[in-house]
Amino acid sequence: MPGFDFSNHNRNLALHAKGVPLPKATSTGTTIVGCLYDGGVVIAADTRATSGPIVADKNCEKLHYISPQIWCAGAGTAADTEFTTALISSNLELHALSTGRKPRVVTVMTMLKQHLFRYQGHIGAYLVVAGCDPTGAHLFTVHAHGSTDKLPYVTMGSGSLAAMSVFETQWKRDMTREAAVALCADAIQAGIFNDLGSGSNVDVCVITPEKTQLMRNFITPNVREKKKRDYKFQRGTTAWLDERVVKREEIRKYVSVEEVPVEGSGAPVVGERMEVDQ
Amino acid sequence: MAAFTSYVSSAGQPSYSFPQQQSAPSHASRAPIQHSFYPYTDNGGSTLGISGDNFTIIAGDTRSTSGYNINTRYEPKLFRIGGEGSEHKGSKIVLSVVGFAADGHALKERLDTVVKMYRYQHGKEMSVNACAQRLSHILYNKRFFPYYVQAILGGVDEEGRGALYSYDPVGSYEREFCRAAGAGASLIMPFLDNQVNLKNQYEPAAPQGLEKPQLVPQPLQRAATEELVRDAFTSAVERHIEVGDGLQMMIITKDGIEEVFSPLKMD
Repeated sequence: MPGFDFSNHNRNLALHAKGVPLPKATSTGTTIVGCLYDGGVVIAADTRATSGPIVADKNCEKLHYISPQIWCAGAGTAADTEFTTALISSNLELHALSTGRKPRVVTVMTMLKQHLFRYQGHIGAYLVVAGCDPTGAHLFTVHAHGSTDKLPYVTMGSGSLAAMSVFETQWKRDMTREAAVALCADAIQAGIFNDLGSGSNVDVCVITPEKTQLMRNFITPNVREKKKRDYKFQRGTTAWLDERVVKREEIRKYVSVEEVPVEGSGAPVVGERMEVDQ
Repeated sequence: MAAFTSYVSSAGQPSYSFPQQQSAPSHASRAPIQHSFYPYTDNGGSTLGISGDNFTIIAGDTRSTSGYNINTRYEPKLFRIGGEGSEHKGSKIVLSVVGFAADGHALKERLDTVVKMYRYQHGKEMSVNACAQRLSHILYNKRFFPYYVQAILGGVDEEGRGALYSYDPVGSYEREFCRAAGAGASLIMPFLDNQVNLKNQYEPAAPQGLEKPQLVPQPLQRAATEELVRDAFTSAVERHIEVGDGLQMMIITKDGIEEVFSPLKMD
């Protein structure tokens, strides 16, 4: 069966009535913006994901791929923006294959709004859709309830007011690519510094009829300073009561072991390296 | 699709495996309407105190928040108590308050007045332990309309040792070596337990087993403590959205109070 599974709905309703709170979703209390310019369109986002007052991810990606020339910035419930954009991206690919034409931004916007309206706002995805297609460069916003806007510059998320204040004072008609990128980055930074739901870095994506350029961590104004003290523990600091050495050959009985080459060892590195401080 | 109907009885009403709460009819036309006024707000931020052999350090960030907004990037949460005049000249007691800022200010004014009146009436400075107990009484006096704050009081005691007292909003208090309070407390306190009281650390050279001795906390040096405080705050800033902007530190010794300010991340 395709679609969502509602089999826990009644049970959860009853639990909620008894006073059991809903589990907290990771929300991208976010700043996202978009701006049309002379030869294309720019979208940008901050990189903070929060769960209540706690920062869940300091460098998450809020710029989502739809098609090579259409990208989407997402605010709201992280899982909803992620899955909604992935679903529409998938359906759009099939649509493009069956029509034999390049996908259009209006098509994406329509598919998104119809999908979101069907779920009456329960899918908490707030999106900025941008891209270039045979009819030109386009920029839209789509709200969780299904309403849409078509404007030359847009902002969304908890930092939307901070970001919009920048657009309303600095935006001009017929900007160059550089000016549009700088303006979007400034708008995101206004969100990063003045809205607690937004923070860390600026991601930017520029789409022209010729190509798409994703500039991940375009500005990094919040690099952590070096710690004053060294917190390395001496070997033997942790106590234990029992020690058992399991040989590699023995552990293979229980789990599958895969050797992964270390970076710098000369061998090709498989997969992406995890981001850690320092 | 069986799962869809399994929770619904033949009457069409959901049937549960536990007794249902009786809820009042929400659409009754003459249902009473409850109006409410909530006089408290949470202004976020975090504070921390560590006491050493001959000093006490109290620190706090200077951000004041409401919801996702920043009210100001510089609102001190540390206050000098007593001393001469509005400048608190010669004061050797510091009060830090985090929680509801307006209550924090009211509380600091009350305690400051009390400490100044004490000197006027007795002709000598109030000791930290006396001041600590008085603060507890001020808080308990408002047991049923509390000051919505977590307070930390610091100074040097009559033997010249660093003294640190921590409070709950209604006056329960305790003398401690270290304490974190406010929004980032749950992030900072475990770090302090490990680094100041050396919890979960054992003698590295000793053999493993139940007899392995725990590391014994040593009196901290001032420079190392200041570094520890800074690291605690830069870490809290990374993971808590209400902590940031600036770090205010007050170091209390027998010679008085030294104040140090340093910037923190502003995002």
